[in-house]
Amino acid sequence: MGPIRAAAVTVAATAPELRRRTTAAATVRRRRAVSDRIPWVAIVFLVMATVPWLGTRYDTFLASQIVIDALFAVSLNLLLGTTGLVSFGHIAYFGIGAYVCGILMKTYGVPFSVAFPAAGLGAALFALISGYFCVRLIKLYFAMLTLAFSQIVWAIAYKWNAVTGGDQGLPEIPYPNLDWMSAIPGFGDLSIGARFYLLTLALVAVALAIVHRIVRSPFGRVLTTIRDNPERAAFLGINVRLYQLAAFVIAGGFAGLAGALYGIFSRGVFADYVFWSKSAEILIMTILGGIGYFWGPPVGAAVLVWLNQVITDYTQYWSFVLGAVLLVLLFGFPGGIVGGLDLLWRRLKRLLNA
Amino acid sequence: MSPSFLFSQFMGGLTTAMFLFLIASGLSLVFGVMRVINFAHGSFYMFGAYLAWQAVQWLHPTGGGFWLAALLAALAVGLLGALTERLFFRSLYGREELYQLLFTYALVLILGDAAKFLWGTDQLSISTPPALAGSVQVLGTTQPLYTLFIIAIGPAIAFGLWLLLNRTGAGRMVRAAQMDREMLDALGANVGTIYTGMFALSAFLAGLSGALVTPIQSIVPGMDVLIIVQAFIVVVIGGMGSLWGTFWGSVIYGQVLSFGILIFPGFSLFSVFALMAVILIVRPWGLFGRPL
Repeated sequence: MGPIRAAAVTVAATAPELRRRTTAAATVRRRRAVSDRIPWVAIVFLVMATVPWLGTRYDTFLASQIVIDALFAVSLNLLLGTTGLVSFGHIAYFGIGAYVCGILMKTYGVPFSVAFPAAGLGAALFALISGYFCVRLIKLYFAMLTLAFSQIVWAIAYKWNAVTGGDQGLPEIPYPNLDWMSAIPGFGDLSIGARFYLLTLALVAVALAIVHRIVRSPFGRVLTTIRDNPERAAFLGINVRLYQLAAFVIAGGFAGLAGALYGIFSRGVFADYVFWSKSAEILIMTILGGIGYFWGPPVGAAVLVWLNQVITDYTQYWSFVLGAVLLVLLFGFPGGIVGGLDLLWRRLKRLLNA
Repeated sequence: MSPSFLFSQFMGGLTTAMFLFLIASGLSLVFGVMRVINFAHGSFYMFGAYLAWQAVQWLHPTGGGFWLAALLAALAVGLLGALTERLFFRSLYGREELYQLLFTYALVLILGDAAKFLWGTDQLSISTPPALAGSVQVLGTTQPLYTLFIIAIGPAIAFGLWLLLNRTGAGRMVRAAQMDREMLDALGANVGTIYTGMFALSAFLAGLSGALVTPIQSIVPGMDVLIIVQAFIVVVIGGMGSLWGTFWGSVIYGQVLSFGILIFPGFSLFSVFALMAVILIVRPWGLFGRPL
């Protein structure tokens, strides 16, 4: 790790676009010292944790969806934003996680505490196998092969009746046993759905903390070096494919964990979950939030779930609205919501200081 | 398994193949020149089907007028393709692939809902044109004339495209753009017009295949996303950007699907996606393509 790490730091320091970003970040940090000291992320998580008590059942439902999608989108962004790999089949790993956890819990009666990590491992294992081939291809071919693997998963889910339930899917996946939560003061009156939401929130918080740690680690720095300039990274002795594969496996594993939570939350796993268009939807979510920022994808998840709820009250043409949002994003705000806000904030600061 | 049974499987596979070639040829054309994978190609196909239905309603509400309707639908979709390229796609050249892919996916979302809005969600169908409504006996099997027509039109379109690309001035320009866009630009050729023309031709072919499928398949929402993945497989097998590769890719796809059902019942879907993955792993540029 030593020399590679040093090399990666050198690359990062010499890449002009990165240098500019670092200086800009440093300036911003100096200026908004006060706002930096506020632990925004912790506050958001605490507010999310109050939803079962302060919100309606429907709010808890929406919050569950946001939290699970946030983890899924962050796992995709580890590939997209951090490593620069455009996967068009990320739904496969989410789907495998959902099926592994669902089959273990429903068919074999395995407890959640075993099924949940098994879902992550199962997805990571498939990511290792498929990723081994994918990282050997560049750009569009990489996207096409990830799409092919995800459609293989879909075809198996759709046709292997004995295990996946085929086109009938796996309905009625049981909730984990959360009776122990009754012992906590204030939790006694919560429904099982609300309790599962709180468990989901806690697990996702831990998972996001781990991914955040990975992105900020020397390993993560090597990934961004590969994103910015794979040739130079290879020239410095970094095994580009190995690092890309590692990112692919980690991203697949976390997608699997998100899928496991989703299967229980939505009370079933169905082949439709794994169809390729879902991969496009999660890409949109990630880009909407902003792929250049760690907290971009969760923001994208929250906005998209909320927007979906608002729009479907008025019209059934949600896809049309999503497409229009995507057009505005592509032509107007390629940095996504967080990117746009960041730009706005910096301009505002400059205006105030001028 | 009697010979006549195998023959009818083979003909079924060939029909699927030629039909997919009509769609995939346009996809491959655009990829070859612009290096863009157009997800909206399936939406153009779906619009071809719906517009053909609409044209039949306007022209001959009692039935008939199919050929004129199919042509009008294909032309309208070609125009839609040209407009898309001029108004939107143009500003995405030179941006990352991700943005181009997602733009074409935005079109899938918008056109899919537009079709639902305009034509509803019920199944629609067009009756087979009277001249091709019958069937003939071939080797002890009954072959509908219309599927024989589809089998014949595949090679005809392939040959037509080959003539266009290899024996005309416009085709030479397209091939030059395929090799080196910047050089062609520098030589004073109007590359923008070539791109618009390619996009329009590609959309025209998608619209035509959509219109021609209506007598054998009903028109339903969702036919766009189902067909596009199959067209991807065909283009990947043959080689993205290669005309004859796409042709043979369709033939292979059709036969694998048709005989895969016999060998692994229920797993023919799996076998075509597995074939796509294996080809991408072993020869990413396809059986007949050349490395980029």
